[in-house]
Amino acid sequence: MTETVIKTDKLTKRFGDFIATNGITFEVHKGEIFGFLGANGAGKTTAMRMLCGLSKPSSGSAQVAGFDVYKQTEQIKRNIGYMSQKFSLYEDLTVVENIRFFGGIYGLSNADIKTKSESLLAQLGMESEAKKLVGSLPLGWKQKLSFSVAVLHRPKIVFLDEPTGGVDPVTRRQFWNLIYAAAQDGITIFVTTHYMDEAEYCNRISIMVDGKIEALDTPRALKQRYNTTTMDDVFYQLARGAKRSE
Amino acid sequence: MKQFLTFVRKEFAHVLRDRKTLLILFGMPVVQILIFGFALTSEVKNSRVLIVDNANDAASQQLLTKIEASQYFEVDRSVMSPLQMEAAFREGEIKMAIVFPANFNEDLLHQNQAHVQIVTDASDPNTATSLTNYVSSIIQDYQASLNQTLSVPLRILPETRFIYNPQLKGVYNYVPGVMALVLMLVCVMMTAVSIVREKETGTMEVLLVSPFKPVLVILSKAVPYLILSLVNVGTILLMSIFVLDLPVAGNLLLLLAESTLFIITCLTLGIFISIKTSSQQVAMLISLMGMLLPTMLFSGFMFPIENMPVPLQIISNIVPSKWYYLIVKAVMIKGLGFSAIWKETLILAGMTLFLFVISLKNFKIRLA
Amino acid sequence: MEAVVVNALSKTYGQGATRAVDNVSFAVSKGELFGLIGPDGAGKTSIFRMLTTVLLPDGGSAAVDGLDIVKDYKEIRNRVGYMPGKFSLYPDLSIEENLNFFATVFNTTVEENYDLIKDIYVQIEPFKKRRAGKLSGGMKQKLALCCALIHKPSVLFLDEPTTGVDPVSRKEFWEMLRRLKEQNITIVVSTPYMDEATLCDRIALIQNGKILSIDTPANVVASYPDTLYALRSEPMFALLQAVEHYPHTRNSYAFGEYMHASFTDGVGEDEVKNYLREQGIAAVEMKKTTPTIEDCFINKLKN
Repeated sequence: MTETVIKTDKLTKRFGDFIATNGITFEVHKGEIFGFLGANGAGKTTAMRMLCGLSKPSSGSAQVAGFDVYKQTEQIKRNIGYMSQKFSLYEDLTVVENIRFFGGIYGLSNADIKTKSESLLAQLGMESEAKKLVGSLPLGWKQKLSFSVAVLHRPKIVFLDEPTGGVDPVTRRQFWNLIYAAAQDGITIFVTTHYMDEAEYCNRISIMVDGKIEALDTPRALKQRYNTTTMDDVFYQLARGAKRSE
Repeated sequence: MKQFLTFVRKEFAHVLRDRKTLLILFGMPVVQILIFGFALTSEVKNSRVLIVDNANDAASQQLLTKIEASQYFEVDRSVMSPLQMEAAFREGEIKMAIVFPANFNEDLLHQNQAHVQIVTDASDPNTATSLTNYVSSIIQDYQASLNQTLSVPLRILPETRFIYNPQLKGVYNYVPGVMALVLMLVCVMMTAVSIVREKETGTMEVLLVSPFKPVLVILSKAVPYLILSLVNVGTILLMSIFVLDLPVAGNLLLLLAESTLFIITCLTLGIFISIKTSSQQVAMLISLMGMLLPTMLFSGFMFPIENMPVPLQIISNIVPSKWYYLIVKAVMIKGLGFSAIWKETLILAGMTLFLFVISLKNFKIRLA
Repeated sequence: MEAVVVNALSKTYGQGATRAVDNVSFAVSKGELFGLIGPDGAGKTSIFRMLTTVLLPDGGSAAVDGLDIVKDYKEIRNRVGYMPGKFSLYPDLSIEENLNFFATVFNTTVEENYDLIKDIYVQIEPFKKRRAGKLSGGMKQKLALCCALIHKPSVLFLDEPTTGVDPVSRKEFWEMLRRLKEQNITIVVSTPYMDEATLCDRIALIQNGKILSIDTPANVVASYPDTLYALRSEPMFALLQAVEHYPHTRNSYAFGEYMHASFTDGVGEDEVKNYLREQGIAAVEMKKTTPTIEDCFINKLKN
């Protein structure tokens, strides 16, 4: 029996009359790459915020890394990593300064930060860029660096919010190699994306429509169930009927 | 023309729909007038007064007791040389000094009149006038009580002297000052920010790729703020007349015309800033630091320009608000006509023309 | 006549810094749906800005509708429709107000060209009183398209109209473009999504300011030099790594549910399977597959 690192039960968030996330129930296992898909406005962001301890649910329950999302948000934050396309690193700091800063806020010791940043730069092949400003790096490198920084403190789970938007296909795959490697090390990956081929790289995916999880399975099983060969079609069949958008 | 009107209508929609900013824009002049007019009105109570009694005779003692009895003063009796006194004034230790000459009583009895010197720190004109008036009235009271029993009237002659701001500038000076400040803020900052916002959101890019003349894009931005500013001028004048009892001494139409000129100066300045910057933050900072601060410092309504070092006096000449401030003071408070302000008007007009020309020169029909 | 002709166009930002657009040439015929396909930072936006006359090129020339982009910029601005990367609408104006505003700016009225935008506009019309800032990504995109179309442009430039939009809205958007094409409007569109390339008549693959190839999507695919295989096994990561280290591998990378790989000449299915068995990966599904635009792009990037 594999360890469960995220467990939600009828997790709901209301904003007035509007039910952004409507009773979602699912589990994510240790070391799993879990794809969290949905159309714009389906409630993905709200759900993710609740799981990261940034937003208090209206009802239902959820544990992340074994901690309760109502009461133990501080412990949750210490055990997760987060990266989004919009905010990742400080553009006006150098690569090393960014690593030192993020290592510092997660309470890593100086010696620890030093060894980790060296191995991180070696892994990414960025030793010669260590003293460059992050703003001067190509987008793809920024994204890879930003992911590595998000898992620097060895979190149990890392949340990735559309991490590869606009990145070229080769860099995108290098990015996914990093994700695979992290998953092999036992880090659970929780990822949202608009690229349907990336959904295929996930062990399991859920598709949200109008605040509810309409489907949750392996990509292969979903394609069989919806009698199609591409994830794109699965998504289209499910999300076409969506009533709402952001 | 229809295009231009559509544009202006759109600008009004932007202005009117941004409720919070609108509230600030219309509320600001009211609040500022009230703050300057009342909150800053000087508290006369417990002002420290130095009394130098060189006479130390019966008459001076009697008068001193009366002054000491007043709740307005905190009397400090000590003998100081004029030099020490000046230092005490400079340090702000005392607000006023009353000096009795050595032979006060004798003068009074033999020559039927005596002098009292009253020196007041007038950097805060409101306080200074109140204090001086108060002391004078105490002296008059005392004089009246002496004269009740005498056939030949005795006279105590107060010699009042104001230091630091002898003309008592500032009593009503803040009204023209607030006008300059508000217009500067609305016209320069709001115009600059609203144009730069279009650059930031990318709508400027679409507008550039349209047959609409880019210059008109910018001019149409100025129209709502022109009107908004005139409303603000009206508010300030009404407040000043009905709340502060400070009527417009000179020609109202002249005042409005001069205000419109100053508004246009500010609008061109705002447009120039917007042409030179590409983010709302920078536009805001330049407007605040580069325009608002100089208006406060160099227009003369907070700090007298005559007391500034010469280089700063020279710098003050390039601040448009200084000239507007002079104009408003002349027309509104002194009641002077156009002949008294034509020079200032010409300078403002020249500045406007200059800003307009360099704006046109710097205006870009492309992005980079 | 060609609607757009681009000849050795170049643009450099800053002093001697990276060339954002490096000697780019292509032509777009009237009524064509032409796609610039490439990742962020490839130079797509700079090309669009130069063609829409808001940016001056450093070198080369270009003409839109036979008009020079530098000399005749005023006339071009009358004729083209442009939707920049960020949806450029006024968030504090309603749908209706935005549309009326742009119609007036372009010297026309909504009624005059209503037939052109009708199909798109009816989808957002029920919300016409709503402010643009409160619309969803898909709806904003439709409104922006209406605004760009309202003056019946001869050439429509759409810079990354589908970025950040969910797959359903993206699909709808491309259907709208197809219908516009039938109205004989030339459309130049850019996108970072490779799967959208097949929906264009012709595409230019672009990276680091340079064009890698220009052709119809079918020809781009047909020109793929190697035999491409799709492989699959559990766990995928082990397979990916094994194939990557195989000495005869030319290209290998994850591709959706499968991984794609091409090998040196003479190496076929049997050889690969044997190698994988030696590596302890036995249950491998392996088949020949037709390359996609993305495969072609990766191939061009790697070589």
